[in-house]
Amino acid sequence: MLTRRHLLAATAATPLATIGFAGAAEAKTPRGVAVMAKQIDDIISFDPAEAYEFSNNEVDANVYRRLVAPDPHDNTKIAGDLAKSWTVSPDGTTFTFQLKTNARFPSGKAVTAEDAAYSLQRVVKLNKTPGFIITQFGFTKDNVDSLIHATGPHTLVLKLPAPQATSFVLFCLTANVGSIVEKATAVKHEAAGDMGNGWLKTNTAGAGPYQMVSWAASDHINMTPNPHSGIHVNTPRIVIRHVKDPSAQLLLLQKGDADIVRDLTPDQIKTVAADKNFHITQSPQGSSMYIAMNQTMPELAKPQVIQAIKWAIDYDAIAKNITPNSWVVSQSFLPKGLPGALTTEPFHKDVAKAKALMAEAGLKDGFACTMDYISAAPYGDIAQAVQADLAAIGIKVTLVAGEQKQVITKTRARTHQLAMLVWGTDYFDPNSNAQAFCANPDDSDNSKLKILAWRSHFVDKELTDMVTQATAELDAAKRVAIYTKMQQLSQERAPFAMLLQKISSAELGKGVSGFVIGPLPDYTKYAEIKKA
Amino acid sequence: MRHRLKALAAAAASVPITLFGLVLVTFLIGRVMPIDPVIAIVGDHAPPDVMARVRLELGLDRPLLVQFGIYLNHLLHGDLGRSVMTSHSVVHDIKQFFPATLELAIVAIFVATVIGIPLGVLAATRQGSRIDTVVRVFCLAGQSVPIFLLGLLCLVIFYVKLGWAPGTGREDVIFAGTIPPVTGLLTIDTLLAGDWDAFHDALAHLAQPAGVLAYFSMAYITRMTRAFMLDALAGEYVITARAKGLSAARVVWRHAFGNISVRLVTVLALTFAGLLEGAVVTETVFSWPGIGQYLTVSLLNADMNAVLGATLVIGISYLLLNLLADAAYTLMDPRVR
Repeated sequence: MLTRRHLLAATAATPLATIGFAGAAEAKTPRGVAVMAKQIDDIISFDPAEAYEFSNNEVDANVYRRLVAPDPHDNTKIAGDLAKSWTVSPDGTTFTFQLKTNARFPSGKAVTAEDAAYSLQRVVKLNKTPGFIITQFGFTKDNVDSLIHATGPHTLVLKLPAPQATSFVLFCLTANVGSIVEKATAVKHEAAGDMGNGWLKTNTAGAGPYQMVSWAASDHINMTPNPHSGIHVNTPRIVIRHVKDPSAQLLLLQKGDADIVRDLTPDQIKTVAADKNFHITQSPQGSSMYIAMNQTMPELAKPQVIQAIKWAIDYDAIAKNITPNSWVVSQSFLPKGLPGALTTEPFHKDVAKAKALMAEAGLKDGFACTMDYISAAPYGDIAQAVQADLAAIGIKVTLVAGEQKQVITKTRARTHQLAMLVWGTDYFDPNSNAQAFCANPDDSDNSKLKILAWRSHFVDKELTDMVTQATAELDAAKRVAIYTKMQQLSQERAPFAMLLQKISSAELGKGVSGFVIGPLPDYTKYAEIKKA
Repeated sequence: MRHRLKALAAAAASVPITLFGLVLVTFLIGRVMPIDPVIAIVGDHAPPDVMARVRLELGLDRPLLVQFGIYLNHLLHGDLGRSVMTSHSVVHDIKQFFPATLELAIVAIFVATVIGIPLGVLAATRQGSRIDTVVRVFCLAGQSVPIFLLGLLCLVIFYVKLGWAPGTGREDVIFAGTIPPVTGLLTIDTLLAGDWDAFHDALAHLAQPAGVLAYFSMAYITRMTRAFMLDALAGEYVITARAKGLSAARVVWRHAFGNISVRLVTVLALTFAGLLEGAVVTETVFSWPGIGQYLTVSLLNADMNAVLGATLVIGISYLLLNLLADAAYTLMDPRVR
């Protein structure tokens, strides 16, 4: 029987019910809009002279163009992007680029050599985080205007203070820091001599196929085509939504509210792979997971212990059981795909051999040490697997979990014993990782080079010299041979157990295609994304 | 009454001291964290000269007290500094993120109060009955089920299976960036913009996260209401009221509930304050760009200006709500009047 009380209760509940049903979602993304669900709270700045995180580098790759880019068919080769052609002087110091005439900024203005010169000059003058990719060639605030300049509307000359390997220079120019900014726009928004940096942090002014029209931090990025770029885009609007939770990303994909999702866990990728409505695209990345062994700890400084640790780890089990679809075994400091990377994996779990090495080192009964690791998936599980593997040869590892930046801070202070971390290559040239893992010309606290070798007190003059030798080698084949030799030497004696290489994957909804993940975020492209 | 007003004035006067303590403690925690704030800005790969320059720019080379003094000076001039994570001023970020949480919390506390209090009263008046058992189990589940699980279950049921509610986020992509922010409360801003479709969309997106938070809060409010009511219903004045022949409704609502309402105000105020700072898990599951997410991301990245700014806003909210509860005491408690 309907009483007054029931009627009142039903009336009171009506507005709530309306909230639930009124906006019942049409589970389809709008036509002409590609919606990508991704974690994008790492963005600090979109200025190519400053951007150095994954998400902003990826966006910049689609709103800016560079002089040169990796050949899409073979990433180990260089192709022209804004540059129609280029020549290099026989001594390897002078690069002359002829620019294409059909590239334009969203303002409608053509890209000129003056824009290119200004863009590279401001990288040097601002000297923000990625600035070293350009300044490492010897450019300074004082010399850059004379060394990088336009000699005609479409001719750019770049002179190096000292000879460098041609491929090294060109690959560095393919990085995001080599993006060409519209000079007029940057100058227009200049404040207190910042060369437009303040404005370009949150806005874009590039000649790429897209332009960024809005960005709300930790919320969304909205991109529309650059109408003058001359590059065809299949999808007129790209919306990147910040969705931190992988489970929520999966739900959005399954409901059709996201066309592409980027951060699924290995188990979720398996779920998607089993559903024929979706498909997966994957690409090996320039990120390596490794264990660093601090050489100030006497036990870890013994060459036999370094080898024993490398032979004790069950790499295949980790990749198969913990990181399927997300990390694969990679035991060289150069991840596969980079020029000169080794393709063989010499180490596998061999407890007897590892124990023999420990005995040879005079540590038959083992020793105890700590291992810092990042307290996030999948690092915790991998750390436990490594702990068990090392326990089998007598090394008692105490695991110390920490936030990523906390672990980095500790290794930079050189107070770790073992540390499991990830290193991403800065640019698509072997020198980035070779320098990081091998070069340590000055092990003092005042060193100007405080990268991975320094952080673990790894001093190896031969490897350090080879790093310098390789960057100056003008013969490409000889240069690759040097890197091959360095990787072999590093596997023999460097205190780094290289474990895994990152595989980036994206899961695409029904009828979505054309999304290309690059080996670095700098090379990931949206222009070919197509919805049926 | 005068005594109560004096106490209220004293509580108000203590607000600046409490805020100072809050800022000082947060500042010190930020500085002793084992994370180098310079890494948060320039990253792990930056060369030493860039790191040294940024360290100087941040003033991290100065003594801790000097750093705090400078921060305090800026704070008194309304400058909370710049967030390294968003490149915006912290004030700008708070204007963007706090209203999102506020909107969520207002709806959640409203729903939780409207349903929770009658349920608590009902359970107390039917103590030991089936209704009481159902309410208690309902509350137990609300308090014990992890909120992220509840959120995901909601998404699976109402979004994926039934299709009654939209997915995550504050709005659909077609509305992204189309509504000019006025109050920051999207439901209000869409109304001010006269965009009914966007208003419906904002309401629909609000329903699930607000519902989850409402359930969580309602469980607590119901439990407390029930406990207060049981205590009140056993009071001699209630027995007297019944003996006088007053109706059951009058005894329950006027005599018993009237007496517990003062204590309930405190419960509601603290629950609301808890929603403002504790919605981070819900915000993560529903990709809701609120102050909880902002604070968490900032904390993990040692973005101390952002952490201090967000902490300050949440602290002020807590203190204001406490003051409001105290003021409500003064108005509602007949012994004070």
